Amino acid sequence: MMRELYTQIIMDHYQRPRNRGEIDNPDIEEHLLNPLCGDEVTVYALFEGDKVSDVKFGGRGCAISQASASMMTERLMGKSREAAEKEIKGFKSMMTGETEFPEMDDLAALKGVIQYPSRIKCATLAWNAFQKGMDDGG
Amino acid sequence: MYDVAEIRQNFPILDREVHGKPLVYLDNAATSQKPRQVIQTLTDYYEKHNANIHRGAHRLAEEATAAYEEAREKVARFISAPDSDGLIFTRGTTESINLVAHAWGRKNLREGDEIVLTETEHHSNLVPWQLAVRDTGARLRFIPMLDDGTLDMEAARRLIGPKTKLVACTHASNVLATINPVEELARLAHENDALMLVDGAQSAPHMPVDVEKLGCDFFAASGHKMLGPTGAGFLWGRTEILEEMEPFLGGGEMIREVHLDHSTWNDLPYKFEAGTMNIEGAIGLGAAVDYLDELGMENVREHERRLGAYAHGRLSEIEGIVLYGPEKDRAGLVSFSLPDVHPHDLSQLLDEEGVAIRSGHHCCQPLMRRLGIAATARASFYLYNTEEEADALVAALVRAREFFGAFA
Repeated sequence: MMRELYTQIIMDHYQRPRNRGEIDNPDIEEHLLNPLCGDEVTVYALFEGDKVSDVKFGGRGCAISQASASMMTERLMGKSREAAEKEIKGFKSMMTGETEFPEMDDLAALKGVIQYPSRIKCATLAWNAFQKGMDDGG
Repeated sequence: MYDVAEIRQNFPILDREVHGKPLVYLDNAATSQKPRQVIQTLTDYYEKHNANIHRGAHRLAEEATAAYEEAREKVARFISAPDSDGLIFTRGTTESINLVAHAWGRKNLREGDEIVLTETEHHSNLVPWQLAVRDTGARLRFIPMLDDGTLDMEAARRLIGPKTKLVACTHASNVLATINPVEELARLAHENDALMLVDGAQSAPHMPVDVEKLGCDFFAASGHKMLGPTGAGFLWGRTEILEEMEPFLGGGEMIREVHLDHSTWNDLPYKFEAGTMNIEGAIGLGAAVDYLDELGMENVREHERRLGAYAHGRLSEIEGIVLYGPEKDRAGLVSFSLPDVHPHDLSQLLDEEGVAIRSGHHCCQPLMRRLGIAATARASFYLYNTEEEADALVAALVRAREFFGAFA
């Protein structure tokens, strides 16, 4: 059962996070706190024209929140604002069970989280931060 | 001393399994499990006596009223209160402290006044005071914590002074397991004509409490952490102070005479019990107090002191573990963290083995910030826990770490 939650892909992103760090003078710098547990994430992004040219994350949290943030940075890199927004919406609807996870997608590694409602907020924390950063004019 | 194996028979839930493993319930600081005697009291109440209390001139109303008022007497005796008129039933510690912050605070606080708290308080003994000073112009001061998890009493002596109107402090910390010197704080408060409120959420369930010996003016606690049902707790206050306070909630029962444009207030404790109260909750709390009295709170404390020290010792053997709070004179809970497994992941992995602990900020965000962390894992023990369960916790921690280590 734990292997359904803590999959190889999640643990890989947790132990070897991609794009962890900060960006100087970013277009987006959004800090979000998970009030349930006190975990926090900061998402940074830089745009070149309409495209995400760099995205990084910092903060501290559980394996689920850190792996999900790491996977998000890979997913959003190079995307247009519109495409990024679509990705975020799509991910959140998968996490709430409204849509299915595509099978061949890395993100499907987070599917097990759905069975633990208290942990869904861990998985969506960084994605919400990115969305909020865009909404706030980043 | 009581026989733990024997009393475990009184707690039906301890027989259940979680994920095919025997339940090891170590989240007692959040809420305790309930003995059959309490559950049966609730059933009896609804099957035989249910009616609204006071004012009813029929048999059931008289029985329900008698049971409710008997529960008040029991709880008052349990904390050695000088009388039961100062014992007010509430939803729990949070409501009790809000009652004082609102009904006492808004009437008595002025600009320039100070409330002295500590930086280790639960949000329930911090946020109500933030609201009270926001509305009155008074300000909050905080007694710092020393690095060993005890209060800086030298700073306390400097902070509590002529401007102080009230000192409010947790009796036992829900994170650090520190048992605070509230008697000394009460003495300092009274020397400066200030009042003393003790947050007893983590002490009343676990050790003998004598409000006269503590020297406090208010004492707040929650029934559900001491074998009672959720939604029923209490505030004890000195009657001469409660008499002078404004009401908290307005409505039925708390009045003496109502006119269209004004009202007068009922006697204590009813002045603070507006509307239909949680009758079965209070009666259930009375049954919980009977159960605790029978075991003897000295015995409960001794059992938890020993078990807490045993668990602390076993946990300290785990390489790299960080244990929070003082080394000695601890309440029966242990907060800890492992450098390689986040507390949330830890509690999830332990759940798999039937071991229930809590992880997070434990409603103490300022304390977490002071410790420089976002969260801890916490195992909290009660009168029915055993050394075998502490061993199960340690074994499950070691396996959780191996599981995470395999991916490194």
